[in-house]
Amino acid sequence: MALEDQRTTVYKVDPNHPESETLPALRTEELLLNMGPQHPSTHGVLKVIMELEGERVVKSTPVMGYLHRGVEKLAEDGTYHQFIPHTDRLDYVCAMYNNFAYCRAVEKLLDLKVPDRAEYLRTIVAEVQRIIGHLFWLSAQALDIGAMTVFFYCFRDREILLDWFDELCGARLTTSWYRIGGVERDLTPSLIAKLKAFLDYFPPKIDEYQVFLEKNRIWLARTKGIAVISAEDAINFGLSGPTLRGSGVDYDLRKYEPYSAYPRCEFSVPVGKNGDTYDRYWIRMMELYESVKIIKQCLEQMEEGPIMAEVPSVTFPPKQRVFTNLESMIQQFKLFSQGFKAPPGEIYCGTEAHKGELGFYIVSTGGSKPYRLKIRAPSFVHMGAFDHMARGYMISDACTIFGTYDIVMGECDR
Amino acid sequence: MHPLARRIQETFPTGFVSSTEWRGDVAVTVTRDKVHEIAQFLRDDPSMDFDYIVHVSSVDWPDDEERFEVVWEFYSIRKRHRIRLKTRVPESDCVVDSLTDLWRGANFMEREVYDMMGIRFRNHPDLRRILLPDDFNEGYPLRKDFPLRGKGWRDTFEFLDEQPR
Repeated sequence: MALEDQRTTVYKVDPNHPESETLPALRTEELLLNMGPQHPSTHGVLKVIMELEGERVVKSTPVMGYLHRGVEKLAEDGTYHQFIPHTDRLDYVCAMYNNFAYCRAVEKLLDLKVPDRAEYLRTIVAEVQRIIGHLFWLSAQALDIGAMTVFFYCFRDREILLDWFDELCGARLTTSWYRIGGVERDLTPSLIAKLKAFLDYFPPKIDEYQVFLEKNRIWLARTKGIAVISAEDAINFGLSGPTLRGSGVDYDLRKYEPYSAYPRCEFSVPVGKNGDTYDRYWIRMMELYESVKIIKQCLEQMEEGPIMAEVPSVTFPPKQRVFTNLESMIQQFKLFSQGFKAPPGEIYCGTEAHKGELGFYIVSTGGSKPYRLKIRAPSFVHMGAFDHMARGYMISDACTIFGTYDIVMGECDR
Repeated sequence: MHPLARRIQETFPTGFVSSTEWRGDVAVTVTRDKVHEIAQFLRDDPSMDFDYIVHVSSVDWPDDEERFEVVWEFYSIRKRHRIRLKTRVPESDCVVDSLTDLWRGANFMEREVYDMMGIRFRNHPDLRRILLPDDFNEGYPLRKDFPLRGKGWRDTFEFLDEQPR
């Protein structure tokens, strides 16, 4: 409530102000501006039609769908395994987390238990992906505001982790490393050593980014008190992730619907107070520290063991066995050619990706393909609140609002 | 029956159709005319307190008499429970009440359902296509009778496997 008041006093002209009568009568009219779809700060192909009063946004209408590829329709035509590479292309900045969310949903549908080591591996890689996502977000957000240095520094660190992914699964961005029932391959000693080295190297770098930004007057002026959304509104709009927590709502699925190895790790969920862009920035910076903490704990707690559930009708056999054992080869062939049959029913499974709640709603009729697969993409839901959050601010602030959602159009348009 | 479902059944004996609980998900099917009333109850009743809308979705069952199923998923941030609300809509009268006045986040989600499945939402403030272009006239792509390869001009492409050998 207090936030709303602050917003109106700062941004609306007071009609009773003594100077307002002395102003000369100027002819004013509202201007309609098309922003995008080809615009460097719309984070992809997004168009926004803005009604402007001077430089202030009166109303904005997002026009989406330039990157619509019909992923939900494609899902109905392939087996459950075949959809994993499609999930890479949703949020192409953070493919691992999409794989993770999808595999969790199918495992819930099948009621499949994943071995302990696989759970730890999944958590480690998901948190590495969260660091990559937040670094990418920070660089893009700072670039939107004009701080190019941060962009280069963030990409330097992001590059280390992308190379780490490359060594892990052979791809930097479209990873497809998660499998239904486990993960594709284990961490090698070299990968573990590199990750440990990174964890020692990285926390001082987070401080460095904060030094760049938190004493920077331009950054503070462009983020503090901008795009304020109250907790009630944020909940009502269905926002999630740092965008919701920035408004002071303690909602994190990792804590409140714990999954994978998160319940066995100690970490805190940073929550903001003011609901402005600065708080959302602060939350993401704090989450970088938390991610480092989670990865360290997982590496300590992880024990040797299988990395894939042993359910021959669903999960792939280890590759070595496929080459030496006839039954395993048949199992592999059948899974790749026909897939597996899921029990009839419907589930919704939400996962806390770094942008917010990434959920999959799957309806199965007992066949080897999903009958209906619905993706609850955080970017899409966040765009629903764009008009509300941009009203009363400048055009240049509108650019930072895309940034503060961490929007990726591949996920938004699906 | 799950206590949440029983509560809905007791409060709305005529609107309640059935409820299921599977893999920990509670789903309640209600009649179409009571959707808005029940949704309002879910949001405002202190023991329900579903303040958060997770997604709006739809499923096409072409062989059923009431062909479409509209699905809402709600979450309560304070009580930390979930519920799925479902209703059936016939093809001839493909309309259901919009919940945008209760959860503003439903605005875009319902537009997407309209875009993809052709279900119209009564009292929706701005019911237009959202992902597909406004002049897209080939129907609703997530319906089961819409071919995967597309309709219209896309259907005139010759695919490799259709060439005579």
